[in-house]
Amino acid sequence: MAVKQLKEKVGQVLEKYQRDKSALIDILHDTQSEIGYLPKEALEEVGQGLGVPLSRVYSVATFFKAFSLKPRGRHLINVCLGTACHVRGADKVLEQMEKELGIKTGANTPDLKFTLETVRCVGACALGPMVIIGEDYHGEMTPEKVSEVLKNYS
Amino acid sequence: MAKLKSPGELEALRSSILKKRDPDKPCITVCNGTGCQAYGSKSIMAAFQDEVKKQNLGAKVDVKAIGCPGFCERGTLVVIKPKDIFYQRVRVKDVPEILSETIGKGNVVNRLLYTDRTTNVKVTREGEVPFYKRQMRLIIGNNGLIDPTSIDDYLAIGGYTALAKALKMSPEQIIDEVKKSGLRGRGGAGFPTGNKWETTRKAHGDTKYVICNADEGDPGAFMDRSLVEGNPHSVLEGMIIGAYAIGSHEGYIYVRNEYPLAVRHMRIAIEQAEAYGLLGENILGSGFSFNIKIKRGGGAFVCGESTALMASLEGRVGEPRAKYIHTSEQGLWGKPSNLNNVETWANVPLIINRGGDWYAKIGTKGSKGTKIFALVGNISNTGLVEVPMGTTLREIVFDIGGGIPKGRKFKAVQTGGPSGGMIPESLLDLPVDFDELTRAGSMMGSGGMIVMDDKTCMVDMARYYTTFLEGESCGKCLPCREGLRQMKYILDGITEGRGKEGDIGLLEELSATLIDASLCALGNTAPNPVMSTIRHFRDEYEAHIKEKKCPAGVCTFEAVKVK
Repeated sequence: MAVKQLKEKVGQVLEKYQRDKSALIDILHDTQSEIGYLPKEALEEVGQGLGVPLSRVYSVATFFKAFSLKPRGRHLINVCLGTACHVRGADKVLEQMEKELGIKTGANTPDLKFTLETVRCVGACALGPMVIIGEDYHGEMTPEKVSEVLKNYS
Repeated sequence: MAKLKSPGELEALRSSILKKRDPDKPCITVCNGTGCQAYGSKSIMAAFQDEVKKQNLGAKVDVKAIGCPGFCERGTLVVIKPKDIFYQRVRVKDVPEILSETIGKGNVVNRLLYTDRTTNVKVTREGEVPFYKRQMRLIIGNNGLIDPTSIDDYLAIGGYTALAKALKMSPEQIIDEVKKSGLRGRGGAGFPTGNKWETTRKAHGDTKYVICNADEGDPGAFMDRSLVEGNPHSVLEGMIIGAYAIGSHEGYIYVRNEYPLAVRHMRIAIEQAEAYGLLGENILGSGFSFNIKIKRGGGAFVCGESTALMASLEGRVGEPRAKYIHTSEQGLWGKPSNLNNVETWANVPLIINRGGDWYAKIGTKGSKGTKIFALVGNISNTGLVEVPMGTTLREIVFDIGGGIPKGRKFKAVQTGGPSGGMIPESLLDLPVDFDELTRAGSMMGSGGMIVMDDKTCMVDMARYYTTFLEGESCGKCLPCREGLRQMKYILDGITEGRGKEGDIGLLEELSATLIDASLCALGNTAPNPVMSTIRHFRDEYEAHIKEKKCPAGVCTFEAVKVK
């Protein structure tokens, strides 16, 4: 994304929250969903726009799990490692996911198609183990189902 | 819609809503909670709407998306009112038949009914399903009655009557009523709600804040999500009453970003309440004004802690501070702030409507009212369970939860989230309330209940929770940051076959340090999983350490050379 376009997008988000410093987390959420991740330029822009030092923007962006400072794939895969999923074998699903995609948790596939991450409970425990891809919930996952589910995404 | 200017106008609106509704007209309700959405409830809802058009049944039936009624195990849940015909595990292909048979001809579709496992009899009505029958669904029961995105639905079941009543009372009277009810904070600590409100009311300063903690971080707990998703107005109503009692004009709801549906529904609810004049300036002509803003979390477990949550609300890193001065004196931006959990707020309208004395009759001596538990893990009936305080674990796990599936044996139930404790079979007759759980070495927490069967390794579970907490420790204080890292290191060793004599003692020593020296409740309670498993399942630790064996067969000791 060109810097100009990026600044424009951040500007819109800042206006939406009336440049309210206390809305920093919400602003970072919205910026991330606009750009896909939080590049350095976006953090600088947010800091300048709010009158908040970059160090604080950076500390918030790195403290919370929801934010990524690196580009992410088109489809974000979240394997739920909540307790209910854990006792039903979520770690085996994650292992298979890593194998199938050839990447470790936290990484992107080289073609930027997928990013693999884990989440601590989405509250759909009846269907555990859960895998969430984008906004789709895939319940009752098993290692065997992994490749089939991934085929649905292009 | 013009703003309502008096309680009388609210009542007039309610009557006009009710007049337009025919209580005898069949209504198909489809659960639209996150759990059922994962089963595909959105497409079922769409299929119902299409099919109603196709079969030309528009005049005969309404279709409504409702919040989570709790029986997640059998989703997608469909209930046909007013007869309360209960269909479970409904899929898109069942939709035409439900409409043509049940709505068209008045027949029940047998194969979609729930079968009682103990008697093998099919159950037709929702209220007769054993899972529901043994509960006391004062709070969550309303989820099944309303479309959470419709304020008219909430008004139709008597919504905001408590607010109208409260605005005629004095703030002191409200606080007295809440004190009398014996309501204790549902977020985990169990602090008496009325006392907290009183302290905040009496605290110095003109600006005071009211905050709703919807940062439900415990993995395996989702009752708060279901309330915000399924009945957001009940939470708002509680908050408005609380704000009036405390003397606050600004409120915040801090919601987990992992709960997009909850955020969406709460946003809609706030807009609707504002449009009706139930939020904003001069609420119902009382002269009292109150506004609420939603703030999303960023996925940090520690932000469920009150001071960390407030730091995060201010747009800072979610690190807790020492609470020499309570947040009710100096909280958000240094002002007196009253923070309660979602479920606590949702209890408030009930207490105002029915009275503190009525409420105090439910529950045990020290814990009043009902509590919603998220029953998950190795359990037949996963779902949300609301029971009076003092119900035994055995009743919850076996009578309501249906016991352990696959013919396996019960081993333990973990209550209180990652920093709760493991409760063994010998304590199953424990009446569940704040004090009894603490005495058993666990805690109420927000109400997660994770059931584990005999294939679960207790040392592995202790390692799992410690790993979780080590990752979520904010790192501000040393005992928590370093202590948990060392505990995790020892537990990794034990589960991978590198356990040494003395490891248990070392774990106990580190636990004691964390309890005494950590800054906040995360560190103070973090040793619970380890301590409770050592207390109740010491033999499993010893088998891992001495015999390099995992009795449950979970841990593999591949890395260890067999001598």
